Amino acid sequence: MSETSEIVRDMSARLFADLATPARLYKAEAGVWDQPAWDRVQMMGLPLALVPEEAGGVGLEAADAAGLVASAATTALPVPLAETMLANRLLADAGLPLAEGPATLAPARPGDRFTLERRGAGWHLHGGAERVPWASIAGDIVIVAEAEGQVLAARVARSDVTPLPGRNLALEPRDRLEVDLELPGDAVAPLPAGITICHPLALGAAFRTAALAGAAARVLDMTVAYANERSQFGRPIGKFQAVQQSLALMAGQVAATKGAADLAAGYLDAYSQPGGADPLPVAIGKARAGEAAGMIAAIAHQVHGAIGFTHEHALHFLTKRLWSWRDEFGNDAHWQRLIGRRMAAAGPKGLWPLLTTL
Amino acid sequence: MSHFAFPPPIHPPGADDLRAEVRQFLAEELASRPASQRIKSWSGYDADFSRKLGQRGWIGMTWPKEYGGRERSALERYIVLEELLAAGAPVAAHWIADRQSGPLLLKEGTEEQKRHLLPRIAAGECFFCIGMSEPDSGSDLAAVRTRAVRTQDGWRVNGTKLWTTYAHKSHYMILYCRTSGVDDRHGGTSQFLVDLTLPGITIRPIADLSGERHFNEVVFEDAPLPASALLGTEGNGWNQVMGELAYERSGPERFLSTFVLLVELIRALGTDPSDQALAVLGRLCSHLAVLRRLSRSVAGLLQEGANPALQAALVKDLGAVVEQEIPELARQLVATEPMLGSDDIFQAVQGYAILNAPAFSLRGGTREILRGIIARGLGLR
Repeated sequence: MSETSEIVRDMSARLFADLATPARLYKAEAGVWDQPAWDRVQMMGLPLALVPEEAGGVGLEAADAAGLVASAATTALPVPLAETMLANRLLADAGLPLAEGPATLAPARPGDRFTLERRGAGWHLHGGAERVPWASIAGDIVIVAEAEGQVLAARVARSDVTPLPGRNLALEPRDRLEVDLELPGDAVAPLPAGITICHPLALGAAFRTAALAGAAARVLDMTVAYANERSQFGRPIGKFQAVQQSLALMAGQVAATKGAADLAAGYLDAYSQPGGADPLPVAIGKARAGEAAGMIAAIAHQVHGAIGFTHEHALHFLTKRLWSWRDEFGNDAHWQRLIGRRMAAAGPKGLWPLLTTL
Repeated sequence: MSHFAFPPPIHPPGADDLRAEVRQFLAEELASRPASQRIKSWSGYDADFSRKLGQRGWIGMTWPKEYGGRERSALERYIVLEELLAAGAPVAAHWIADRQSGPLLLKEGTEEQKRHLLPRIAAGECFFCIGMSEPDSGSDLAAVRTRAVRTQDGWRVNGTKLWTTYAHKSHYMILYCRTSGVDDRHGGTSQFLVDLTLPGITIRPIADLSGERHFNEVVFEDAPLPASALLGTEGNGWNQVMGELAYERSGPERFLSTFVLLVELIRALGTDPSDQALAVLGRLCSHLAVLRRLSRSVAGLLQEGANPALQAALVKDLGAVVEQEIPELARQLVATEPMLGSDDIFQAVQGYAILNAPAFSLRGGTREILRGIIARGLGLR
């Protein structure tokens, strides 16, 4: 990690902690968009973290950018940082103008597709997507579609599409998009060769894996702290072996989310290299972290007891995100089947060589 | 979150060539070895194979050249180990000596002990076993009762060691026992280098639940040890043993014990498995790939001289769970009745995996002990 990256990491960690106060998190749950928080995040240049310097960005390495996503997730900060970082990276990859404010990318689910057709000097964009994160807040939405044998990015103003609002369990916006739109020729451009139509899903999954790891680590810290301070039968509950064994189990799952996030982040560095757009590391990371998330949330609540089940206690801000994020940008089963197909294709002789490429 | 420093694994220079070289060697050496043998993983014993590995320079490969080593990095050694394990190579003969007895000798041994033994270990000609557990001392290692008493020209040992893997086929045991008063649980213990051909030592094989005889009871009755048998410092046994156990955790042997079964499962499922089977395969692969990443990360930390005791315990704990899950999930996907020694390879491999799985969360520290270590690392005790 470079010195610049370390400074960005430390400064942003402080910023996230300052911004994610309980009062602001409750307001976000009530549906109030936290523009002042976003302005502070934007002022630090974080939405441009993944954009190369020559394209006007910060040019962080993928692992460091994923670290920022994880860091924001430890605080449950309710802004579309991951989505805007990815949208801007897609725009930069396609040579389109970067987003001015919050942005997002679509599709965000395995089955959803858009179609692009040339119409005169411009394009006709048509299709729909469910559960697009923060679409109702975003100023720009980057939609990825195939046309003429290429994978293209289209830059769409949100004001032109009117998303239908929805929410996830953590009450973050997850909106429905119906698009039937004429776009000027300069709003659409091809993404680098080698990228497939599942690219936005892989990008989103890589950053959701990072976010799961961040939230998981924070939940462990909170749970260990609680076990050390809560006393029953005359001693801290963390002194009971039964509780210790649960927390050790949880720590293993948290370690797995960390390994998963690191693997998945590799895709963000690799995809722009020739032959590098293999989603396998993302599939492995997202599937593993998604599986861990449920166990981590369950043990955290078990150890916290009744107080952790209240709306007043802050644990739910993180556990509701764990329960939501694991199913976003492809759930465990989606990615597991992708891995499984690769394993079956590799066959008995190819399995180990496949594992050692990771 | 400092407990969870898992830095990116390091790809040592020349790694790809080394990996290719080991793969080529194993493809030839193991060509006629069926999966029903390869599933034995690091319990598979073949002294000839160990000698061939030694000739290749793949035993003791990180040790100084003056002691028969090759001065390769720990990360290069990791590559050799994982290739051996993934292929199901029979590594048991030299495994303990390469993994822990050799490094212990290198750290604690006298010049004479090192010169005498390390080159033979590296050549794949001298095999070791571990003398830690006793009938009344399993997880509670500090409760050992075997005792060495000073004599005029050395030591006299009395007591019983248990679960001593391949003692009956080893040349030496590294014995952990008391050398002074019992009141001090951790102090007053020492380690000895025991030549197993000495009088007063009786090795009795114990059959495991499958009927195989790989572990033993080793009884010492007034066994005379020369003064030169003391390993390290008298009274410092506990610290030495704890250091030795650190070599045991987090390696690829902690998650690849049933890898050969996973390979056979893929063979059995063919090229077009059901969606359910694909998800199960994918899930197992996601676990193994993440474990491998964490384990390589710990190897990098060890190489740098850090002490990743917590991370190592986490890897071993997670690894044993997956090793044990593979046969349980395999039976959901392939309808077979497992049978040891069956002509049907899948049946035989699955049989071996099921019968040996209980050991995965016992050996090298039980699951409960490991989780206690993790809890301590988390600041809970």
